[in-house]
Amino acid sequence: MSLTRMYGLFLRHFYLITRSFPRVLDLVYWPTIQITLWGFISNFFATHTTYYNNAVGVILTCAILYDFLFRTSIGFNMLFLEEIWSRNFTNLFIAPMKIGEILTSLVATALIRALIGLIPAVLLTSPLFGISILDLGIFLFFLFLSLYLFGITLGVLVSAGLLRYGPSFENIAWSTMFLLAPFGCIYYPIEILPELFQKIAYLLPLVYIFEEARNILINQTVDIQNIYNAFMWNGVYFVLSIALFYYSFNVAKKKGTLINMGE
Amino acid sequence: MKNLVEVKNIKKNYGKNEAVKGISFNIKEDEILGLLGPNGSGKTTTIGMLLGLLKPTSGEILINGQKLEGNRIEILEQINFISPYIELPKKLTVKQNLTVYGKLYKINNINERIEFLSEKLRLGGLLNSITGELSSGQKNRVSLAKALINEPKVLLLDEPTASLDPEVGDFVRSFLESYKKEKKISILLASHNMNEVTRLCKSILMMKDGIIIDKGNPDELINKHGRKNLEEVFLKLSRSKNELN
Repeated sequence: MSLTRMYGLFLRHFYLITRSFPRVLDLVYWPTIQITLWGFISNFFATHTTYYNNAVGVILTCAILYDFLFRTSIGFNMLFLEEIWSRNFTNLFIAPMKIGEILTSLVATALIRALIGLIPAVLLTSPLFGISILDLGIFLFFLFLSLYLFGITLGVLVSAGLLRYGPSFENIAWSTMFLLAPFGCIYYPIEILPELFQKIAYLLPLVYIFEEARNILINQTVDIQNIYNAFMWNGVYFVLSIALFYYSFNVAKKKGTLINMGE
Repeated sequence: MKNLVEVKNIKKNYGKNEAVKGISFNIKEDEILGLLGPNGSGKTTTIGMLLGLLKPTSGEILINGQKLEGNRIEILEQINFISPYIELPKKLTVKQNLTVYGKLYKINNINERIEFLSEKLRLGGLLNSITGELSSGQKNRVSLAKALINEPKVLLLDEPTASLDPEVGDFVRSFLESYKKEKKISILLASHNMNEVTRLCKSILMMKDGIIIDKGNPDELINKHGRKNLEEVFLKLSRSKNELN
């Protein structure tokens, strides 16, 4: 693995962001709107329901966590799509970059993109709603890390689809998170789901992450098992996504998708 | 002269469709080989296989003595490609694009290399310009600079002067001639510009329906087919049944 090459690919996206105000605005705009909206909804629920009235920030905190996941996943996909849209895809894949270097570089760049969007939004929550996500304590780091891993995993899966099927897979890139959101139990406990959906939800790391966030905020306790389960499922899906990406790369070389990517 | 490119009986099938049906050729150092053929003849597929973007169904490709299969990264460090159908990121400046590719190719002294190429390719005044705002001729020269950033031993050119005005086209052709002579590199030139091919190439492969239907130097082919120029040879071969079946 070459740090120089990975830095080169990072630079390509860093330059792009710094040269394009609409791109920076796009990174910051949506998380801010999302979190402001959920802040008001959160306030409403906190004053009108017994479930949330002891933990005003539960919904808002979960909204921030979900947005981080969403931004990480979409951010990774965007990095890949940018290469297709700019017709630079072939240049990238004829450069002497290992697949691992491309993925590592995009993983790091996606994190920076997600943080650019999230940090201003998080800073807003305290003065606007009197809520700090830091109430989750040291476990916030593990929850973020777990969400980041899952976001990247989804990004790698979608990118594998783009490699395999070409730009026609783009619509899937935008919809993945919406498909999984109901099973993630982001704003409600898992018991709300029908039994079959609960079984599916338990196969995803999301449910453990959001259950644990609620557990910490509402019950003021920590269930390490939830954090462990989240990382375990993350590990499984991450390894599978990387394997699928390599497989898709090889299939694309057989089917010619790489050479026709810009068309 | 040493063969920098050796292509040994490569085939490429897409399902039942045979895009390339077992072709072999070599490119020596300090040689420009022309690859001609009508649309759909297998030229792009062949270039894709040489770039490692496509896996041959069978056959073998060696670049500078190394098999492409299993040595993709080492070989990609030694080759590069230019085509009007691929572009550099439009929002980045010329210098930023060249810097990015300098890093991707792990070039030492990137700034010196950029300075050298910008001088050779008349890019001096364009380095801080936004790539997407350049004219076709300027973009072409920037793409050429990117393609030379790693001092490739093998350069693959797909329609390198398409859509350029005659002056810029001539500049690019002259540059390629002198660069090849100076650096002793191998060039594969796929082009529909027969004057360009006649001027640059000592040897030519004519492809049709995935096979090489004829080969030779431009004069040999013109005499052999009893035509006045390469364009007429091209038209004759494109419209005829395959000659070397």
